[in-house]
Amino acid sequence: MSEPQTIAVEFKHVMKSFGAKHVLNDVSFHIDQGQAVCLLGRSGTGKSVTLKLIMALIRPDSGEVWVDEDNVIDMEEKRLSVVRKKLGYLFQDAALFDSLTLYENLALPLSRLTKKPKDEIDDVVHRVLTDVGLGTDGAKYPSALSGGMKKRAGLARALVLEPKILLADEPSSGLDRITASEIDELLMRCKTERGTAQIIVTHDVHGARKIADRVAVLDRGNLVAFGSVDEVSQSENEVARKLITE
Amino acid sequence: MRWLSKLFEFVGKVGLFSLRVIVDSFRPPFEFAQFFRQVAEVGNKSLTLIVVSGFALGAVMTLHTRSTLVMFGATAMIPAVQAVSFFVEIGPLVAGLLLAGRVGSGIGAVLANMRASEQIDAIESLSIDSFKFLVVPRVLACVVVLPFLTLFMDFSGLLGGFLSEGLSSHIGPTLYFNRAFDYLQWSNFIAPTLKTAVFGFIIGSVSSYFGYTTDKGAQGVGEAATNSVVLSSLLIIVADVLLIKCIFFLFPDTAI
Repeated sequence: MSEPQTIAVEFKHVMKSFGAKHVLNDVSFHIDQGQAVCLLGRSGTGKSVTLKLIMALIRPDSGEVWVDEDNVIDMEEKRLSVVRKKLGYLFQDAALFDSLTLYENLALPLSRLTKKPKDEIDDVVHRVLTDVGLGTDGAKYPSALSGGMKKRAGLARALVLEPKILLADEPSSGLDRITASEIDELLMRCKTERGTAQIIVTHDVHGARKIADRVAVLDRGNLVAFGSVDEVSQSENEVARKLITE
Repeated sequence: MRWLSKLFEFVGKVGLFSLRVIVDSFRPPFEFAQFFRQVAEVGNKSLTLIVVSGFALGAVMTLHTRSTLVMFGATAMIPAVQAVSFFVEIGPLVAGLLLAGRVGSGIGAVLANMRASEQIDAIESLSIDSFKFLVVPRVLACVVVLPFLTLFMDFSGLLGGFLSEGLSSHIGPTLYFNRAFDYLQWSNFIAPTLKTAVFGFIIGSVSSYFGYTTDKGAQGVGEAATNSVVLSSLLIIVADVLLIKCIFFLFPDTAI
């Protein structure tokens, strides 16, 4: 008998609008611990907003967003910072801090949120940077990095605290096929070795087919398909079918 | 009347933002590393500009003062006029305006760029209070550094005045500086220098407000830089009027 899966993230009837524009319309789904889900959809359909709602960087108009065992809606900042420690976030353009070196970008969360001594922080940063192929670039500033290196550095920062859940916003956009494939490999390793749940916003169907246990398709704020790649490719929804079989 | 309600809304927002800076300045954890980094940045960026401007302004002022005082046979008063005018008003005000242009625009642009490139969201996602991490150290750095920059402005102005006057009348440094400080009282020096801490607070708060709260992406970066300079310069001049009244009230001797 298999063990029941723990829910990592759950949306319950989430609505979100910006002015007159409805971005998410009664969206409900859940993602189990250790599972990778790719969010697909046309531009402006609320994929990045979904990630920001999970991180509580923005709040929904109604509904509930659960992370692990906490509803992050209306949660006070102090409690929220505890929940955020379970999450790693790779931003679309990596969002590395310009004024800090790569090493400092990764050491910042470790020195602020853990009680690790400096030697241990050095070791962890070096190990994570080596994992993403940037072991010798710690002294560089983000301005000296290429697009692919920035993405890998952003991923390293998102993983440095070994989060239970990784949110990645277009991790392979703007990258060549080889670099994109390297990022996909990193994400898969992260899932298999650490059991990290992953929610990945992507337009890269090729990558999604490789990484995802399940695929969610958003269209005009509605969740129109949710299931395995095979299930979604046979979906009744035309947009979902087109996106996954393109 | 719509513009009036928008104006009040804006004033209220800037006021609440500034109040949050004050409250968060006394609330742990304290961002000492960020504060010292900002102190170094603000001082580094502005010191040369302040010293060169003060020196040039001092030389020009002496030339103008001389041409007037010569008519009354009072050229011996030039060092005193120079010292009093620099320490009481020109040094603090010009240092404030220069810092608003040099550092205020930088703070506005940097924070707006961080907002546009999601760096502020990234800080929040790392469970770090972005306001305390980015805004408070910048404002406090302006508050602490501006009085020191004002001193540099005052003394470089006096030095510029001495060189200009020395070339015209061959006055020696000892006599010049003795005359300069003869008429200067502590109240002429301490209160006007300390009032620049308020100017620093205005520059830091206003610039941080425009940068931190922008939501216009890349376009917001330029707007934040421009608005930071315009509004903080304007507020410095208005605050100067009010602060002079306060100084006259606290030190009646200086009002005579």
